[in-house]
Amino acid sequence: MSLLALQRDVRSWLAEESEAAAGRLGAGARPGLDVYLNNYRSQLIACLGEVFERVRLWLGEERFLGVAAAHIDLTPPSGWTLDAYAGGFPDTLERRFPDDPAVSELGWVDLHLAEAFVGADSPALDGQALATADWDGVVLRVAPTLATRLLVTNAAAIWSSLSAGTPPPPVEHLPEPRFLLIWRKDLLSCFRTAEPHEAELLDSAAGGAPFAALCAQLIARLGEEAGVAAAGTMLGRWLGDGLVVDLV
Amino acid sequence: MHALPAHVPTFGLGLRKPHYPDFLDGEQPVPVDFVEVISENFMVAGGKPRHILRKVRERHPVALHGVSLSVGSADGVDHDYLRRLRALVDEIEPMIVSDHLCWTRIEGFSSHDLLPLPYTEEALDIVCANIALAQDMLGRALLIENPSSYICFDDAPMREWEFLEAMSRRTGCGLLLDVNNVHVSATNHGFDPEDYLAGIPADRVGQIHLAGHSRGRALLIDTHDRPVPPVVWSLYEAALARTGPVPTMIERDDAIPPLSELLDELAMARRIACADARRAA
Repeated sequence: MSLLALQRDVRSWLAEESEAAAGRLGAGARPGLDVYLNNYRSQLIACLGEVFERVRLWLGEERFLGVAAAHIDLTPPSGWTLDAYAGGFPDTLERRFPDDPAVSELGWVDLHLAEAFVGADSPALDGQALATADWDGVVLRVAPTLATRLLVTNAAAIWSSLSAGTPPPPVEHLPEPRFLLIWRKDLLSCFRTAEPHEAELLDSAAGGAPFAALCAQLIARLGEEAGVAAAGTMLGRWLGDGLVVDLV
Repeated sequence: MHALPAHVPTFGLGLRKPHYPDFLDGEQPVPVDFVEVISENFMVAGGKPRHILRKVRERHPVALHGVSLSVGSADGVDHDYLRRLRALVDEIEPMIVSDHLCWTRIEGFSSHDLLPLPYTEEALDIVCANIALAQDMLGRALLIENPSSYICFDDAPMREWEFLEAMSRRTGCGLLLDVNNVHVSATNHGFDPEDYLAGIPADRVGQIHLAGHSRGRALLIDTHDRPVPPVVWSLYEAALARTGPVPTMIERDDAIPPLSELLDELAMARRIACADARRAA
């Protein structure tokens, strides 16, 4: 048997528990194959359990393990890093709990906080840059770890309670969907909710729109005086939060 | 050929999360000669892992120990993986870069486990080509570790030590001798560990790993979740008699005890190595 054929058979055993493939690897191989299969599945379960800690707490151990096992059956890992395996799990949660969006929203929060934790660093904002900025042409550089998503439930509040070890509130559908922002400031992953118009402005900034264009959007919505004031307030908050990391 | 790291009697521990405060916040550096980290845990864009590694590097030499190079993949090594590893190597300037004689990936499937190879001429050609490419992309010699294995391919013509000798000779790579893995595989596959130690090229051994194991239903399992047992200490002594002094490291990946317990084990390794050196003098 060629090495490639052997490796395909081991893959079939691990990913599909193919008895035919196991048989081709030799009768004496079965005890060892069982060890490798156990290692494979337990490592993936551990990865999902670690990244999706709040989902696990919310669903309970038995339900979480059931969903994780189903995910492993359907989604063999492909990346060289185990961290990458977590990426597809929120989609599985969405399919498994179509009538309970809080579950996949919790999964999204867990995933993106973990991704922000190891995302690209940002240099500290130079205070001089603020003082000398040409505000007509300046572009805000948004934190490279920023992820945004529209939430329809109070998943953010549930996540916070689960993390703090306090009883989580019951699921509520929000009267109006709100955006959740996740990013990292210095070494700390953080999140907060945002009104849709703030998330749109952040999206515009991340897309390279100059600060003047963001101001124009606010002025069009609020009027000249209130729009300019809102732009100043918003910029101050983004700088304080670490959502804006540079001016270019 | 890339030069191998110097053979020096140094003693290190793996850097694991429960011990971060010991390594980062202590007034005095932890009394180890080097720290070994799992490369992939730090092959990330940024954030706390890289920050911690930089801080640890300020205090200690670092060895990078990988689990995902997959030198045994029939479809070759992952160039993106090697570029990321090279970036980490360039920043950290490690004393050693190592990985395992195994395969983890094939055709887009990644097992995240150290899977065994049949010790055939075809596998040797593939492993050597992959190691040569990796060493060229990294700009340095690798140390390749003997794995614990739970399957023995009966029709393979070479024993593991013969494969390691040929691999090392052809690629110029060094060996990371995991003494616990020798014991685990010897027990599982019924060979004499002394034959193994006699068969590997002792002058190519650039590092030694020590660890504990567990007994599964039918096989010994390389669990790294308990102290180094007496049988592994004895084998370590026998290995040192052949290799001479080399960097030695205690591996613990599960049921991680307080750092003081691992330092006690490391002191045991020092005592054995010192006794061996006195005998050799």
